[in-house]
Amino acid sequence: MGNKQTIFTDEQLDAYQDCTFFTRKEILRLHGRYHELAPHLVPMDYTNDPDVKVPLALIVNMPELKENPFRNRIVESFSEDGEGNLSFNEFVDMFSVLSETAPRELKAIYAFKIYDFNTDNFICMEDLEKTLNRLTKEELTPEEVKLVCEKSIEEADLDGDSKLSFADFENMISRAPDFLSTFHIRI
Amino acid sequence: MSEGEMARLMEEVEEKKKLIANIRNKPWRMKRRLEHLKDAQQFVDKFEGALGKGKGRKLYAYKVMMTKKWIKFQRDFENFKTACIPWERKIKEVESHFGSSVASYFIFLRWMYGMNLVLFGLTFGLVVIPELLMGLPYGTIPRKTVPRAEQDTAMDYSVLMDFNGYCKYSVLFYGYYNSQRTIGFLKFRLPLSYLMVGLGTFGYSLMVVIRTMARNADVGGGDGEDGEFTFAWKMFTSWDYLIGNSETADNKYASITTSFKESIVDEQENQKDENIHLRRFLRVLANVMIICSLGGSGYLIYFVVKRSQDFATRDDLSWYEKNEVEIVMSLLGLVCPPLFETIAELEDYHPRIALKWQLGRIFALFLGNLYTFLFALFDEVNAKLEEEDSIKNATIWAMKEYYANFTAYNNDSSATAPPINPADIIRGPCWETTVGIEFVKLTVSDIQVTYLTILIGDFLRAVIVRFLNYCWCWDLEAGFPSYAEFDISGNVLGLVFNQGMIWMGAFYAPGLVGINVLRLLTSMYYQCWAVMSCNVPHERVFKASKSNNFYMGLLLLILFLSLLPVVYTIMSLPPSFDCGPFSGKGKMFDVISETIDLDLPAFMGTLFSYAANPGLIIPAVLLMVLAIYYLNSVSEAYINSNNELKKKMQMQRDEEKNRRNNTNSTNQVMKDLEDLLPNRSLAPKAPAESSADNDQGGKPAKVTGKPGTAATGVNLQKDVSLASPNPRIAVTHPPGPRGPGPLPGAETSRSRGRAQPSRN
Repeated sequence: MGNKQTIFTDEQLDAYQDCTFFTRKEILRLHGRYHELAPHLVPMDYTNDPDVKVPLALIVNMPELKENPFRNRIVESFSEDGEGNLSFNEFVDMFSVLSETAPRELKAIYAFKIYDFNTDNFICMEDLEKTLNRLTKEELTPEEVKLVCEKSIEEADLDGDSKLSFADFENMISRAPDFLSTFHIRI
Repeated sequence: MSEGEMARLMEEVEEKKKLIANIRNKPWRMKRRLEHLKDAQQFVDKFEGALGKGKGRKLYAYKVMMTKKWIKFQRDFENFKTACIPWERKIKEVESHFGSSVASYFIFLRWMYGMNLVLFGLTFGLVVIPELLMGLPYGTIPRKTVPRAEQDTAMDYSVLMDFNGYCKYSVLFYGYYNSQRTIGFLKFRLPLSYLMVGLGTFGYSLMVVIRTMARNADVGGGDGEDGEFTFAWKMFTSWDYLIGNSETADNKYASITTSFKESIVDEQENQKDENIHLRRFLRVLANVMIICSLGGSGYLIYFVVKRSQDFATRDDLSWYEKNEVEIVMSLLGLVCPPLFETIAELEDYHPRIALKWQLGRIFALFLGNLYTFLFALFDEVNAKLEEEDSIKNATIWAMKEYYANFTAYNNDSSATAPPINPADIIRGPCWETTVGIEFVKLTVSDIQVTYLTILIGDFLRAVIVRFLNYCWCWDLEAGFPSYAEFDISGNVLGLVFNQGMIWMGAFYAPGLVGINVLRLLTSMYYQCWAVMSCNVPHERVFKASKSNNFYMGLLLLILFLSLLPVVYTIMSLPPSFDCGPFSGKGKMFDVISETIDLDLPAFMGTLFSYAANPGLIIPAVLLMVLAIYYLNSVSEAYINSNNELKKKMQMQRDEEKNRRNNTNSTNQVMKDLEDLLPNRSLAPKAPAESSADNDQGGKPAKVTGKPGTAATGVNLQKDVSLASPNPRIAVTHPPGPRGPGPLPGAETSRSRGRAQPSRN
């Protein structure tokens, strides 16, 4: 045990604790996982805040994300450049939002970003079709896909523009009983 | 700095502090969060010093320092608490293989383990350890010694397994404890502590269960009606992000596809009820059969307990006859649930509803069994109480005899008789220890049955399916036996009822809580191993939503039901005269009044006697009943206003949609209102009819004043009619047919797509 770690300064660890839902030990463990992804790229010493990004292909192979049909979208939503290359800050942010203690409102915001494939701040028919095809591995016929997407928009769309804005999405997802337990990754 | 500036600065500092506390909830990029955090912290540090000038500076600086230390302490404590949570890796492994619903059972098990650990600490620290360390040792007084008659067999394995012999006269059971008011040099009041710990067990459990229920209800996501967002929820919340195993993922894809196909089919055709009479008859028949089997099982238990009372008088019992009660109860718990499931096939319900019925029936079964067992036990206790009276007299008589014989043999009257060896004194039946032994035996046999079931039902089945598959005609893995699925509801109910038995028995057998802690610990490892090696993920996933609070609600109900027998016995049955911490008292709670009289200052005694006055208690109870009634009506009012708001929002949404799509209004109320509009084609053209027109004219003006309606259809005729001199002339003749004049809202201005007025 002991407090003699040299990866972060104490102020950095305190700041991370204030900005995420993780404790000190979990942040150090996360750094270990981040380092494992690209040992030659990621330095062990983060005290002077190096600017290192791990590419999408490596992150998406983590055991927690490997089987998720939306893994690419998840990583892209949290990356600043939109390409999926995460710095350590963004890596921690991603797992913090997906952790058990993050509140519903925060998760709803990021869920909306994840399912918005064309990043136009609306979930339109194409986004829904892509989501459905990923979920069912394209086992449904095109008519069934169309029917399901139309019904979803009909149910959730409040302002009648045949696509879901964030307000529509949030209204629908805030009532869902399973949202918090399924939108959760344990690391 | 002026006062106003100080106040403003303080406000800003408070705001920054709130920002720091909530910064992790903001949906910002991490870099931005870190920058804002640093700025806010610098601001607070700089100006907190400045605010400290002037009056009360030292106090303010002190307060600030204490707050900082408190925050740091809280943070360290959080870190410590998270590090202490056990089995995190194990649960994660189960989650990634089986999804969140199976893992929820293990999380529940871990929570129970924590609660039992606290109860164990309380019982052992405050009752068992003081008696062991400061009380009299084994063999000094009758209640702590094995009677002479039993001493030969006291160490036998079979006797110990029955919790007789040395087990019975140990700290595990009620009978061992001495009734001395204070023990040791610390003057520890053991009887008082025993009673307080017994009641405190229930109090602590109640508090913990209710707190967890409240936390779950908060997170539960409010009241989404089933079916409001079926497709949207399926689309966005059906994938379980915890899955990390490819086989499980494949299963999940298949079940999601099936679930979508089912919803599509439901959407496309209306379910025709083939034969509602046959269905109703079948359902009634199924319920009758289940009630019969519930009654049958209750009677069986009663019969078996009565038989065991007869057996108690005999000595030549086989192993089966000795443990008949426990075996029968465990077998019923094993056999009846599948029986209920088979009978329920007659009913043909939707799987989610069928699951609820099944859980309710299993609950009724376990409850009925437990209470029948309790009633039979009560009969036994009463029999023992009668026996006690006769033995009490016999003991006193035997003592007198002993002394009389002694002085008769020794003519030296100054010698005092040596005390009788404790093993020889005639002992009372001690009903409390008997009750404790029954509960311990029940718990132990329940543990054994559970573990055996997992070994045979899951492990043996998996071994057979895996290895016999090579030489069997049909595919065992896909066909009949196949691998077992983890039965979540059965296991959770088993855990809940086990806890109920512990709560009931803990007062009479303080060692029972320790046994339960060991059981939960081994269960965790054993079931984790069993689930990973013998079970497969569920094929159909239709979680009963909000099931977390359902199981907590069950736990709460069981807690109350286990509280009742214990409180009843404390209040009304007299304790045994020669065993346990309350021996010699009239009622068990007399120890409290004794403590108040002897240990607390005099005014406290008078205070308590005032508080216990019925004149004070009855108004207090009345007040609480009124408070409940008031809160109930307030919450009903809130629910009503909630529903009204929802309806309003729905109406607005529909109107918005219709306006966008330029279609007719689908709102029935709006349609009705429009039908009520006067039909202008019937209005008479002649001004003589203007009086009749006036009455009609007033109405359209009001109607077109609706919000959102472009009132361009107002025609001048209305203005003229409004300005008419005498609108209150009695109408002497009915209005004639109206000519085709311009009608309000006619073919011209189409403002809101209102219905066309009828033309004649």
